[in-house]
Amino acid sequence: MLGLERKDTYLMLAVAFITLFAPIILNPFPAGSALAQFNAGYPDLMQRFVIFGIFAIGFNILFGLTGYLSFGHAAFLGIGSYSAVWMFKLLSMNVIPAILLSIVMAGLFALVIGFVSLRRSGIYFSILTLAFAQMSYNLAYSVLTPVTNGETGLQISLNDPRILDGPSNGGLPVTSLFGAEMRDSTTLFVGPWSWDFSVGYYVCAALMLLAFYLSVRIFRSPFGMMLRAVKSNQQRMNYTGLNTRPYTLAAFVISGMYAGLAGGLLAAMDPLAGADRMQWTASGEVVLMTILGGAGTLIGPVLGAGFIKYFENIFSKINDGILHQWFAFMPDGLENVMVTLIHPFIGKGWHLTLGIMFMLVVIFLPGGLVEGAQRTGRLFRRRDRNAGHVESDAARQRAAAE
Amino acid sequence: MGILEVKGVNKRFGGLQALGDVNLSVKENSVHAIIGPNGAGKSTLLNCLVGKLIPDSGSVMFDGKSVLGRKPHEINQMGISRVFQTPEIFGDLSVLENVMIPCFARRDGAFRLHAYETVRKEADIREQAEAMLEDVDMLDKRHMTASSLSRGDKRRLEMAMCLVQAPKLLLLDEPTAGMARADTNNTIDLLKEIKAKRDITMCIIEHDMHVVFSLAERITVLAQGTPLVEETPENIKGHPKVREAYLGEAQV
Ligand SMILES: Nc1ncnc2c1ncn2[C@@H]1O[C@H](COP(=O)(O)OP(=O)(O)O)[C@@H](O)[C@H]1O
Ligand SMILES: [Mg+2]
Repeated sequence: MLGLERKDTYLMLAVAFITLFAPIILNPFPAGSALAQFNAGYPDLMQRFVIFGIFAIGFNILFGLTGYLSFGHAAFLGIGSYSAVWMFKLLSMNVIPAILLSIVMAGLFALVIGFVSLRRSGIYFSILTLAFAQMSYNLAYSVLTPVTNGETGLQISLNDPRILDGPSNGGLPVTSLFGAEMRDSTTLFVGPWSWDFSVGYYVCAALMLLAFYLSVRIFRSPFGMMLRAVKSNQQRMNYTGLNTRPYTLAAFVISGMYAGLAGGLLAAMDPLAGADRMQWTASGEVVLMTILGGAGTLIGPVLGAGFIKYFENIFSKINDGILHQWFAFMPDGLENVMVTLIHPFIGKGWHLTLGIMFMLVVIFLPGGLVEGAQRTGRLFRRRDRNAGHVESDAARQRAAAE
Repeated sequence: MGILEVKGVNKRFGGLQALGDVNLSVKENSVHAIIGPNGAGKSTLLNCLVGKLIPDSGSVMFDGKSVLGRKPHEINQMGISRVFQTPEIFGDLSVLENVMIPCFARRDGAFRLHAYETVRKEADIREQAEAMLEDVDMLDKRHMTASSLSRGDKRRLEMAMCLVQAPKLLLLDEPTAGMARADTNNTIDLLKEIKAKRDITMCIIEHDMHVVFSLAERITVLAQGTPLVEETPENIKGHPKVREAYLGEAQV
């Protein structure tokens, strides 16, 4: 289907299914129940899942295929957001032109930054990209204030021209797709459950599916094969008549455009862009997402993005009060000990939990969560096969006895 | 005029004169062997031909055009392929992919953004690669990861990757080193077969005299960076200068 192999088609369908039904799948616990705080099916968080999924999918095209580890991809995320907000200010609150400009601008910046950075490889490449991103971050804060509105961040206001939309009547306008407002959502109540279906989420989800599909095509293309060859042996590539530079640059620009799209979508969900989005921690985050999920795999980056965003938003919300509730059934002394023990891992301490998880994955599952899933799958299959052997052995014995 | 003309090439590494005034002329469609003791500068000479090193002085002409100053990928696209002394293959890729990549390089040139096509649908390229693997007796290993091959197989794979490009000039740097006798003989047969099938010039560096005498039409003896003699195989055997070069090595 759609020019994909059967295996990839199944993967694509599975991802499509999960994304489309995410509002239900991510809300397994009835609203109001004690476990409801583990529900992730609210629009704001779901949007983050898919937007950072896009960011990581794009990053994986560069890092997973060519092995070039960029430490400055957040710059393109930020550029995407600024471009989108400018589009909202000048042209229209429709998200389409905003997203298009985000992709184009991020692509242009990636072309320049990639052209310079790709003159080096390995750690020097990483440092160059990091330097560029920090430079962008600092410029956005200081010299470029007329464009970025410095510390306050770029926002829409009532006096913006918005040529296509005309003057707004009343309050600040909201982002929309041909009239469908991004913040709009319908809530469905089924028994004790409640599910939010938000326009913004489905716009992001559709683009994530498109981004994922394109990345599968790239992975299976001759171009993708060349990128893997770059990672494997550049020397052999050169002596085989292939110019590695344009290949790596193309991968860099494509992944920059993915980041731009993600940045544009962030602004489309909430029309606001700040320099923080370009900080090196944000660049580091996408590296973590990709490695945690499984660099070089198709679905890994999306998993990694989901995992990290889940922890960031859910674990950080759990506080001591909630812990006390959980352990209320214990004797007081024990309850306090448990709360003290768990305290460092929750709330502001979610980074610690994530850090430990990341270390465990890197040490025991170098292929990331995807490798974990594959190993589990193989374990089950082997057990099935063994069970099959036992059965057929029994059958043979029976046949021999008769 | 040979297809490859090397004139007055010098290359120094610090105080070491690795190549001193090397002249070499390789006739089109011939097999030319370069022999010499270890450290004679044989690999260095090949490096100067494929753009890995730039000679300090001298000229290298291939097919009437200068090779100097061109990038390795440009030189390959001119029609020179090289088998390295230690196999250079795509270790993370499958054997079949290793051979498909040079096919793509021939068909699509040094760069093409074929990001929306599908490898699986490139039947021509695949067939071409599989036919080549058949020729080197490796078709059954096509789905193996290249890095898991034995050393001999890695060499044969690299040779297949070069041959599938149908180069005008094939440079081989000790292609049978580390191979068992049987594999060495297979390699000789393979090269002879290729030679019989199409027009190709080969320049081969070899330690194994059996290989040299089975294949070469001309032999150049290199010692301490300078060619001592250039002769036919019959005349080289008892040549006093050759003895001297090799005995010199034995005494060290
Ligand atoms: N890149 C290099 N840097 C410094 N010295 C080199 C380099 N390459 C080769 N040499 C030296 O040049 C001499 C010739 O080496 P090489 O061409 O590899 O010899 P051969 O292939 O004939 O055994 C050796 O002494 C070697 O140490
Ligand atoms: Mg050598």
